[in-house]
Amino acid sequence: MGLAGTIYQTLFRRSSTAAITIVIGAYATERIIDEGSTLLWKNYNKGKLWDDIKHKYEK
Amino acid sequence: MAAAVGRISASRLLKTNSSLAPFQVCSLSTAHSWTRGRKLLWTSIGVVAGGAGALFLALETSVKATDIELHPPKLPWDHKKILGGYDHRSVRRGWEVYKNVCAACHSMRYLCYRDLVGATHTEAEAKAEAEEQMIEDGPNDVGEMFKRPGKLSDHVPSPYPNEEAARAANGGAYPPDLSYIIPARHGGEDYVFHLLTGYHEPPAGVALREGLHYNPYFVGGAIGMAQALYSEIIEYEDGTPATQSQLAKDVTNFLAWAAFPELEERKQVGIKSIALLSILLFATLYLKRFRFSVMKTRKIQYNPPKKDV
Ligand code: HEC
Repeated sequence: MGLAGTIYQTLFRRSSTAAITIVIGAYATERIIDEGSTLLWKNYNKGKLWDDIKHKYEK
Repeated sequence: MAAAVGRISASRLLKTNSSLAPFQVCSLSTAHSWTRGRKLLWTSIGVVAGGAGALFLALETSVKATDIELHPPKLPWDHKKILGGYDHRSVRRGWEVYKNVCAACHSMRYLCYRDLVGATHTEAEAKAEAEEQMIEDGPNDVGEMFKRPGKLSDHVPSPYPNEEAARAANGGAYPPDLSYIIPARHGGEDYVFHLLTGYHEPPAGVALREGLHYNPYFVGGAIGMAQALYSEIIEYEDGTPATQSQLAKDVTNFLAWAAFPELEERKQVGIKSIALLSILLFATLYLKRFRFSVMKTRKIQYNPPKKDV
C-alpha cells in the first residue's frame, strides 16, 4: 500500500474522518498561505515598509 | 430567385471539403497517421511563417518623429515592481515636500490627515500635522463660521477657495488637484518626476508668453507652473540631502501613494490568490483527467470517403 493508499485508508475512507480532515486541512492551508505570503511580502520589501521604520517615530 | 441560389450553393456547402479530409484523418486516426513528408512540410511552413513574423517585429523599431510630445523615460519605482510596495521613508519625505512647496498652489482635497496614520506618520505625529493648520468650521450657535485647529478627520486644506481664485493667482493657469494626479497623466510617476526636473531655457527660436516656462515634458512645451524644486529648497527632518532629483522622487512617491493607498494590500491579496489558485489548478487538472479517462480510452474508427459523394 503506497502513500496514497495509506492516506485513503486512514483519513478518507470513513466519512467522519474525511470531514474532519477537510476542515483541518482547509484551516491549515489558509494559515500556511496567509503566513507564507506575508513573510514573502515582508522579506521582499524589507526596510521600506511602515512597520520597518515606525520604531523611529514612536515614543 | 432564393430557391435558385439555394439550389446552387446548398449542394456545395453540404459537400465534405475533400482538401481538409486527409488532415482530419491524420489527426484523429491511429491507422492513418501523419506521413514523414507531410509532417516535414507543415513544420517547415510553420517555422518559416513564425520566423518571418518574428523578424518583422524585430525590425519594426522605426523611430517616429511625428510626435511633438517628449515621452518621459521609465524609472525603476519600487512600487512598480510586481511584488513591490511603497518606500515609506520616501513617501514620508514626499509629504514634507508637498506640505512645504506644492501646497502653496496645489490642493489635495481627497487626502485626510487620518490617511497618514500607519503609512507615513504615527497617530500622534499626524495629529500634530493636522493641528498646524487652521480649518474653517461652523456655523456656530450664532451662525458664524469660525477657524479651529485641524483634526485627524479633516481633509488637507486647499490653498485657494475656488478654481477662479487659483487661476487669478497663477496667471490664468489652474494648478490641478494633486490627489489623483498620477493616474490622471500619461506616463504617471515618470511624467511627474520629469516634469518637475525637466525645466530649462527655451531652445533658440521658441518664444514664450510672459508668465510661461519652458518644459519639454509638458505638451506644447510652455507650462504655467514655474520650476518649483531646487536643491536644498527645504531641509529633510531625516537628514537626507535634499537634491532636486531627491525632492522630485520623494514627492512623486508621495503622490503615487496618495492616489493608490490600497496598492500594498492589493498586491498581498494577489500573492495569496495566486498561491491558492495554483493549488486549485492541480485539483482541477486531476479532476479533468479523471472525468476524461472514460472518453480517452474509447476507440474510434474513421473511414474517410474514398471519392467525392
Ligand atoms: C507657484 C505655484 C505652484 C507651485 C509651488 C507648484 N505648482 Fe504645480 N502647477 C502650478 C500651475 C499654475 C499649474 C498649471 C500649469 C498649466 O496648466 O500650464 C501646475 C501644474 C502642475 C501639474 C500638472 C501638469 C500637467 O500635466 O497638466 C503637476 C503634476 C504639478 N503642477 C505638480 C506640482 C508639484 C509636485 C509641486 C510641488 C513640488 C508643484 N506642482 C508646485 C503651480 C504650482
